[in-house]
Amino acid sequence: MKRAVPLATGLGVVVVALLLTRLGGNPYYYFAAYVIFQYVVLATAWNILGGYTGYVNFGSAAFFALGAYTAVVLILQFKAPLPVLILAGGLVAGLLGLGIGYLTLRLRGVFFSIATLALAVVLQTMVVNWEYVGGARGMNVVRPAAILWFRTYVEFLFVVMVLLAVVSATVAWWLQHSWIGRGLAAIRDNEEAAECMGVPTLRLKLFATTVSGFLMGVAGAPFPYYVTLVEPASAFDLNYAVNSLAMPMIGGTTTWAGPVIGAVLLGTAQQVATVTISSALNLLIVGVVLVAFVILAPQGIVGLARKVWRGRAA
Amino acid sequence: MAETLLDVQKVTKHFGGFTALSEVSLQVHEGERFGLIGPNGSGKTTLINCVSGSLRNDGGLVLFQGRDITGLPAHQRTRLGIARTFQIPKPFPSMTVLQNLCIPLEYAAPARSHGAPRDDVAAEAMEILRLIGLQAKADVPSIGLNQIEMRKLELARAMAAKPRLLISDEAMAGLSSAEVDDILANLFALNERGITIIMIEHIMRAVMRFSERIIVLDAGEKIAEGTPDQILHNPAVEKAYLGE
Amino acid sequence: MFSFELLLNVVVAGVLLGGFYAAVSLGISLSFGLLDVVNIAHPVFVILGSYAAYAANSSFGLDPILTGLLFTPLFYLLGVAVYRVYYASFEKKGEESLRGLVFFFGLMFIIEVALLLKFGVDYRLVEARYIGESLHFGPIGIALRLLVPCLVGLLMTAGLYLFLGKTFYGKAVMGVSQDSLALRLMGADPIRIKTIGFGLAIATASLAGSLLILIGPVEPSIGREYIGRVFAITVLGGMGSIGGTLVASIILGVAESLMSTFSGPSWAVAVSFSILLVGLAVRPAGLFGR
Repeated sequence: MKRAVPLATGLGVVVVALLLTRLGGNPYYYFAAYVIFQYVVLATAWNILGGYTGYVNFGSAAFFALGAYTAVVLILQFKAPLPVLILAGGLVAGLLGLGIGYLTLRLRGVFFSIATLALAVVLQTMVVNWEYVGGARGMNVVRPAAILWFRTYVEFLFVVMVLLAVVSATVAWWLQHSWIGRGLAAIRDNEEAAECMGVPTLRLKLFATTVSGFLMGVAGAPFPYYVTLVEPASAFDLNYAVNSLAMPMIGGTTTWAGPVIGAVLLGTAQQVATVTISSALNLLIVGVVLVAFVILAPQGIVGLARKVWRGRAA
Repeated sequence: MAETLLDVQKVTKHFGGFTALSEVSLQVHEGERFGLIGPNGSGKTTLINCVSGSLRNDGGLVLFQGRDITGLPAHQRTRLGIARTFQIPKPFPSMTVLQNLCIPLEYAAPARSHGAPRDDVAAEAMEILRLIGLQAKADVPSIGLNQIEMRKLELARAMAAKPRLLISDEAMAGLSSAEVDDILANLFALNERGITIIMIEHIMRAVMRFSERIIVLDAGEKIAEGTPDQILHNPAVEKAYLGE
Repeated sequence: MFSFELLLNVVVAGVLLGGFYAAVSLGISLSFGLLDVVNIAHPVFVILGSYAAYAANSSFGLDPILTGLLFTPLFYLLGVAVYRVYYASFEKKGEESLRGLVFFFGLMFIIEVALLLKFGVDYRLVEARYIGESLHFGPIGIALRLLVPCLVGLLMTAGLYLFLGKTFYGKAVMGVSQDSLALRLMGADPIRIKTIGFGLAIATASLAGSLLILIGPVEPSIGREYIGRVFAITVLGGMGSIGGTLVASIILGVAESLMSTFSGPSWAVAVSFSILLVGLAVRPAGLFGR
């Protein structure tokens, strides 16, 4: 696969996004699209550790919220610009990933997963008790006025998120085809055998956890400007944990494309649905679909597509 | 007198209250064909796990080429030149046979840089498959193999790590007579190319034919050591296998 | 302010809480500790039990513990059904690690959200004669709403301990993860044994849930606090050791009680998480582990 084609496609997507904002349109669409592309980043990030390496993270909300709250702190203290927020959010969340990984990855994978479950609860407790960022009431953040040539700041955030989505997908694509990705796949397939075949399993797992955490933090960093009121209840919402997991599982976990497909499909469906059904019912449906896929179509949509392809070729 | 490649000194291993290995010592010389036998549960696989690094021994030392590797994780020992197969084959199920070999080629084989062109790695993998007779199955998913093909894949994968010492853990269990000879021929060929081999087996004719020296374990202890002939006529060995 | 009397009361409350935590954790000790099934949804089954008790209590005025007992067979069957699906979909194919986990995660919030849809976010509680009262032994006050769950928890622990140690099926459950071959030779089907064991684990959730709603009001998402707790207890207590589960539960109960009184109730969740991490880092086999 030539390197140039994916790069061009990615850039193309960003350019299209930019052009769309020039065309205008209902501002609500940009709010909705932002969320969908945010999920592309989250799903892709989750999959690097979950699908590629085989370690399930149930606490995506913790990393996402950490990115968001790092941004809040930087905005309050330094009024830092967006690129700094994104980088800082990613770094802090990446460090959290490294820390949790270091503490639990020497043990069986289930302990890592259990630790991530508990992590989100603990982090939320800490944030709720931290007055500086507003505690339970949350913190109001002033969204900057329109920037550059964009009509509104949200349209700018939309393009930023599209760019972040493209970057994440590119990272996932590169990883998948690299020697690191092959090592991660070996770990997922049979960790003991991988270790005996020379794969430095602990190091690679820590790498995957850190990159995954980093990308999730990156997804969370623009969140304060997006919502303007950052409260723990919404930053740590169960939706993030569930969706980051369901989207790759439904889309397909072995490739970079699965999470993207899952995020776009499920994300769009949810944005459409929130207008018509309650958020709780929405979550219920995601849960049922997730369980159905895990039982019946474990390879996800990508896997189903491959079967159809092979069936036709045969 | 050939160099001592592997020096196991008084290795001990406990699992809770159970002692799996009790001060087991052995030395394997460069280029040697070494046999390790003993009744079920005598600690053979545990010993191999301590040598390869899958387990850490509680007491004693493991030296490889004169260097103390007791504290090293398994992947580093593989890089130094120790490769092993698994009693129950552990292929990478999402990969083809060829891809299975690419992992040790990329990660374990010394002087193989990560940046080497993919084609070279694939070519080397094909070479190894040809040597062992699996080249026709190169692009088959590894889970689609039958018993003997799986065992051969285990062996091929270990070979792909370019080892100095290869440990074969019951590679012939459950195979037909002809299949046993097939694997045996492969092991002989490997040894001819200079690879030191430790064979753990229950199939006596294979071990006796293959090994230059054998040690016998029983209940975690070494009870005999010597040439196949000496072992065959050792009363302690007979007792261990057949009981009083 | 600090006083010895206060400390004593806090510790006693912690011990009582620990007895209750044991009731909640028994299920995980069974399913995860002994059967190696990572049922992270267990706390939510407990919450389900709580709501069953609430519904019976508000509609028919039934005593919660009675409801818990009555529903136990139903929960057992539910556990059997869940395990059958889990086994057929994952364990049989050897894919239980990633997909099994996701399955239970999905199950967890399906149940949680279903409860949310049916009962809403409001806290629900039960009415029982003994809830408001306390006993007094000198300076120590023991609230009945803590004492009763603790006692029931202790009874459940003892009952399970006896079952596992003395009965055929119990011993089979203990041994199934270690030596299914030996079981087969004894004429017992390992799959059937595991199904029974898992069914039993979920069955405990019925009674544990009724105890939970006795201690305090419930709403659908409080199960999440308990995930950290039950796994911390199981790891600390030694996977599958019933005695260890009880000891670890009491340790956690006391630690949380102390933390809650002297640092504030919201920090209590951090206690279980810290204990979990410490337990994993220091002694993966736990206090009484295998």
